[in-house]
Amino acid sequence: MNPLVQGLITIVIGVGGCVGYFYLSNLVVDHLIFPAKGKNAGRNINRANKVRPWLFLFPAIFALGLYLVYPVVGSFWRSLFNRAGTDFIGLGNYMALAASDEFRTAVLNNFLWVLFVPAGATAFGLLAAQLTDKMRWGNVAKSLIFMPMAISFVGASLIWKFVYANNADIGLINAVREALGASGPIDVLQIPFWNNFFLMVILIWIQTGFAMVILSAALRGIPEETVEAAVIDGANPFQIFFKIKVPQMMGTIVVVWTTITILVLKVFDIVYTMTGGNFGTQILPSYMMAYMFRDDGRATAVAFVIMLIVLPVMIWNIRQARRELR
Amino acid sequence: MSTHNVAGRKSALTWVVNISVIIMVVAWLIPTVGLLVSSFRERDQISQTGWWLAPLPVEQAFRARVPAEGATRDGERFVVEGNVFTLQGVANAFPGGGGNVTAFGTRSIQPGEFEAGTTAELRDGGTLTVSDDGTLRAELVENPEEGTPFVYFFAETPPKFTLDNYRTVLSADNMDIAFINTLTVTIPATIIPILIAAFAAYALAWMQFPGRGLLIAAVVGLLVVPLQLALVPMLSLHTQLGIGQSFVGIWLAHTGFGLPLAIYLLRNYMVGLPRDIIESAKVDGATDFEIFVRIVLPLSFPALASFAIFQFLWTWNDLLVAKVFLPSNDASKVMTVKIADDLLGSRGGDWGILATAAFVSIGVPLVVFFTLQRYLVRGLLAGSVKGG
Repeated sequence: MNPLVQGLITIVIGVGGCVGYFYLSNLVVDHLIFPAKGKNAGRNINRANKVRPWLFLFPAIFALGLYLVYPVVGSFWRSLFNRAGTDFIGLGNYMALAASDEFRTAVLNNFLWVLFVPAGATAFGLLAAQLTDKMRWGNVAKSLIFMPMAISFVGASLIWKFVYANNADIGLINAVREALGASGPIDVLQIPFWNNFFLMVILIWIQTGFAMVILSAALRGIPEETVEAAVIDGANPFQIFFKIKVPQMMGTIVVVWTTITILVLKVFDIVYTMTGGNFGTQILPSYMMAYMFRDDGRATAVAFVIMLIVLPVMIWNIRQARRELR
Repeated sequence: MSTHNVAGRKSALTWVVNISVIIMVVAWLIPTVGLLVSSFRERDQISQTGWWLAPLPVEQAFRARVPAEGATRDGERFVVEGNVFTLQGVANAFPGGGGNVTAFGTRSIQPGEFEAGTTAELRDGGTLTVSDDGTLRAELVENPEEGTPFVYFFAETPPKFTLDNYRTVLSADNMDIAFINTLTVTIPATIIPILIAAFAAYALAWMQFPGRGLLIAAVVGLLVVPLQLALVPMLSLHTQLGIGQSFVGIWLAHTGFGLPLAIYLLRNYMVGLPRDIIESAKVDGATDFEIFVRIVLPLSFPALASFAIFQFLWTWNDLLVAKVFLPSNDASKVMTVKIADDLLGSRGGDWGILATAAFVSIGVPLVVFFTLQRYLVRGLLAGSVKGG
């Protein structure tokens, strides 16, 4: 069957199924199990109202449990078994990872990514937000800097291949080098260590727009009086920015920073497309995909390591959310 | 005096700010513009000059045989006259008829040995002259009927923009199938989670029940669970259930992965709806189901739109989930997989094709982005500034 037709049928079944489920389950609860009539009417209405939230929540809880909670346990359990999944080898996969040079490179590189990508994107985003604030064509500028957010990581990687190409007639970097009189083109993606930074530039390029949008909203939220008071006291624009505005935006900056940090730990596309993890550019997400389909035990072990790195941020997020609820 | 100074400084600052923003915008745009320009250029021109020189003529090397027709005898020699731009194999590069020869040669190892307008000696003693307007005059020793020598020359070809790359990518490289596959993955994967999440978000926002706070915290926690964890266990579960690697599988997977953000965004929005409307509807005897369908859902349209755009962009641009949950045959590859796994390998050096394929895949998200940016920004703000 044509996949598109299959897709349309799925939409109808999916949407119809959801609506049908919610409608019918409410109907069943209200009229069959706890009918709001007869001598138990009052009690039945109360009971129905106790059950109803769970009717509303059930599909979501089921899907979340299956696709996000179960995998945490499932992946960990699988990571304790060998490649074929037949023999229990305890922490064998983790030991093998610890002993592997490539894993160590991946962890080290990931550390660099986590350090520099959020920092770069947040800094550029903050700069863009401040510069475009109250500017006449600020919205146009913002929209253009924000645009890479819509582009896939694969598309972005291809875009940057045209910047990094090892050919002065295609790659912008080599063209500039040639214009400056350097001899011969170089492949920046093969320069040991620094090639990681050329890859990070791509993600910074994408994420700056995200940081900018959120930080510029935070900038708008700063009370005018605080800035005016500083102006009257003779503060220069830099002092106003760093001493008045940035401290008031700190909460938002932290949120942006952590959001991008989490993203960095998930993105495998850029490394996969640009270098395939060669030339010492491996990071954990791409390292995991190198094992996917070949050695599930090792792959799940890498995935679980990523989970462990994300865990502190997760706990911090949950605490923040709970504090807000109170 | 001092006010003047301040004003002067202020306008200087405005200049600095404006110029900085221009620099930043240009820096952010240049890579994408390069891709767009390259996708419309001819293959030969791409390899000759950078895309930033695309509006300028390109110097290219050509090779053709000196024509044999119209040879006249001049004593011992045969004289051939003509124009290099009308020669076979050259003419179609110059649809305008003429061009500008910069150099020519008689040997393939030195195709630009002689300047235009000079006379070159042929190996067997004949001569060859090519002027800069392409006029050719050859004096040959041997009868041209028995074969003529090659002429090599450099000429500037006018800048050319074509849709050939798009034709090639869409037909020969199966990008059209991949495009439809991406669409097929994206639409159900965007619509289905919205419905499920909307009901759950309403329950979390407006219904009282034990464990509500815990569930909200759980959703916030699940927001950051790395997808990577789900790949192996869910694929093997899909296989056991008989779904395997299929469109149904990827729709389910995207639904599951999209739910935390959907519930989180929608709940944050629904909590902010005016309490009076909902309370008074309850007093009037409306059930939760009716309140949800008739009041909350229509009022939540902006949040629904925000999430729909997020989910659309995310599923359209996704490579990881598609690689794992879709079969890896040509019939079901989505565009990102097609580009990353096929084109980069088989068409690695064909820059025009790569640029075009990339542009085909990012075109739709860009249109969505520029038309619906408002909702996207609103969604980002609801998701990050409030909670996080």
